[in-house]
Amino acid sequence: MKKYTYTDKKDTRSGFGAGLLEAGRKNDQVVALCADLIGSLKMNDFIKEFPERFVQVGIAEANMMGIAAGMTIGGKIPFTGTFANFSTGRVYDQIRQSIAYSNKNVKICASHAGLTLGEDGATHQILEDIGLMKMLPGMTVINTCDYNQTKAATLAIAEYEGPVYLRFGRPVVPIFTDPDQKFEIGKAWMVNEGADVSIFATGHLVWQAILAGEILAEEGIDAEIINIHTIKPLDAEAVLKSVAKTGCVVTAEEHNRLGGLGDSIAQVLAVHNPTPQEYVAVNDSFGESGTPEQLMTKYGLDAEHIVLAAKKVMKRKQNAVISI
Amino acid sequence: MKPTIQELEKTASQIRRDIVRMVHACQSGHPGGSLGCTDYFTALYFSVMNHDPKFNMDAVGEDIFFLSNGHISPVFYSTLAHAGYFEKAELATFRKLNTRLQGHPTTHEHLPGIRIASGSLGQGLSVAIGAALTKKLNGDKSLVFTLHGDGELQEGQIWEAAMFAPHNKVDNLISTIDVNGQQIDGPTNLVLSLGDLHAKWKAFGWDVLEMKGNDMADVVKTLELAKSRTGQGKPIMILMHTEMGYGVDFMVGSHKWHGVAPNDEQLQLALGQLEETLGDY
Repeated sequence: MKKYTYTDKKDTRSGFGAGLLEAGRKNDQVVALCADLIGSLKMNDFIKEFPERFVQVGIAEANMMGIAAGMTIGGKIPFTGTFANFSTGRVYDQIRQSIAYSNKNVKICASHAGLTLGEDGATHQILEDIGLMKMLPGMTVINTCDYNQTKAATLAIAEYEGPVYLRFGRPVVPIFTDPDQKFEIGKAWMVNEGADVSIFATGHLVWQAILAGEILAEEGIDAEIINIHTIKPLDAEAVLKSVAKTGCVVTAEEHNRLGGLGDSIAQVLAVHNPTPQEYVAVNDSFGESGTPEQLMTKYGLDAEHIVLAAKKVMKRKQNAVISI
Repeated sequence: MKPTIQELEKTASQIRRDIVRMVHACQSGHPGGSLGCTDYFTALYFSVMNHDPKFNMDAVGEDIFFLSNGHISPVFYSTLAHAGYFEKAELATFRKLNTRLQGHPTTHEHLPGIRIASGSLGQGLSVAIGAALTKKLNGDKSLVFTLHGDGELQEGQIWEAAMFAPHNKVDNLISTIDVNGQQIDGPTNLVLSLGDLHAKWKAFGWDVLEMKGNDMADVVKTLELAKSRTGQGKPIMILMHTEMGYGVDFMVGSHKWHGVAPNDEQLQLALGQLEETLGDY
């Protein structure tokens, strides 16, 4: 197992804030919009440097999505910022008609996704947003795993032409990816090569997958860990290549098991190479109040549950071989 | 040189013929609101707006129009065709399989003249505000126009946008509401009262004008007046009083022709009331 260490921890939303500032410096067409959550979205530095390129919309997310769509006409590259719940479910039809169907170059940037929003509870903990966004034709869907990756992804989507949903979060988590990485949209990242089981993880679950890989290695299980940061378009080639080697799959995400990364991978496998798969995801329920750590444990989104899923799916693989 | 009122009225008559023929040909679509707004479209595209039919999505240096109540697409398509955005013959494909003239306007089929999809109501004002903000950022002095239905004002997003534009001094925006008092289920006053629209928009901080939407001279005059009042710190709202179905006597003033196509006999009756001025497509 390749060794991953970290010296610092930060929230992924701060990576977005840093990326937005840099994107703004690189391209004067980049503009930012926010619906009364500047601090939460870490947009302060951008606003300080480019006050004329920032639009405070107030608590009116539907209006924000429409304004963002309109701002692209004339060449602006709008980045909208609010919580993931208000970035997707609340404004689904605005995104569908004015952004996705109209193919507008809007970057929908969503913080506080998933259970790790914590104490605010289920009203704010959206677990359905990946599904909502990936169902929209032409929408790119990205869920980043640490500060560095989020910053790199923010810079990458500024250069990409087309609507994007960028999902990140609130909690402080280890920084373990390369600070100078080049983020390639749609290209999976090989975290650790292995032969026994493929673990495909996205967002905050990538670090948990690394911890799980270390536990599995101690027990002699050689896990391949792949970070799928871009859920759509999915790197199907990377998925199939890995599965051809390992023959079984665990998917790990901070999302409802319905409609998330796991389902995207299952669809590729069902068509090209049916393979035993276990989901580490929220089991079709809402969240609740609690600390991020408590919630991730209660809902089974941690290293321990990835380990259990890996062992289970390996057993299913062996049984399938025996029955043949 | 700008066309005379009489010339504009002739163009409007042809557009009205196109509308009923298009809706009849596919036996679907929305003739009522289209006929009511024909004078507005004609004035806008043939007299008031500075625009280029060699369509460019970014519209740098030219005025932009957004149709928020996308269901009145027949009048939009016919106007664009007569203004030179695409061939008039293409109007015959309206709502048919593989057409660029979708039931509701879309950018998806790359029809020149369309800059945003609309149909799901209440979204166009926000989009127009966005385009107007970009014009300001780009130092582009041209204007943004929008049209909305009165029933559409029942959508909440309209009022989010209504609050935003004056606060941010979006004064390069001229919005118009087609006040015909009708919506699918009946008169707006029975479905959900809009109340005193003039007072409402004024209270939100807009510069509010009123016009007789089926009086070409008044439409041109009021739109020009609106243009002269841009750049003064306030967005402009024109309450345009029209009659749904204007120009065809059996369609006038009734919500029943909101989304119903005429049959063969009704088509002939309607065409008998609308002079063919520029040649049918």
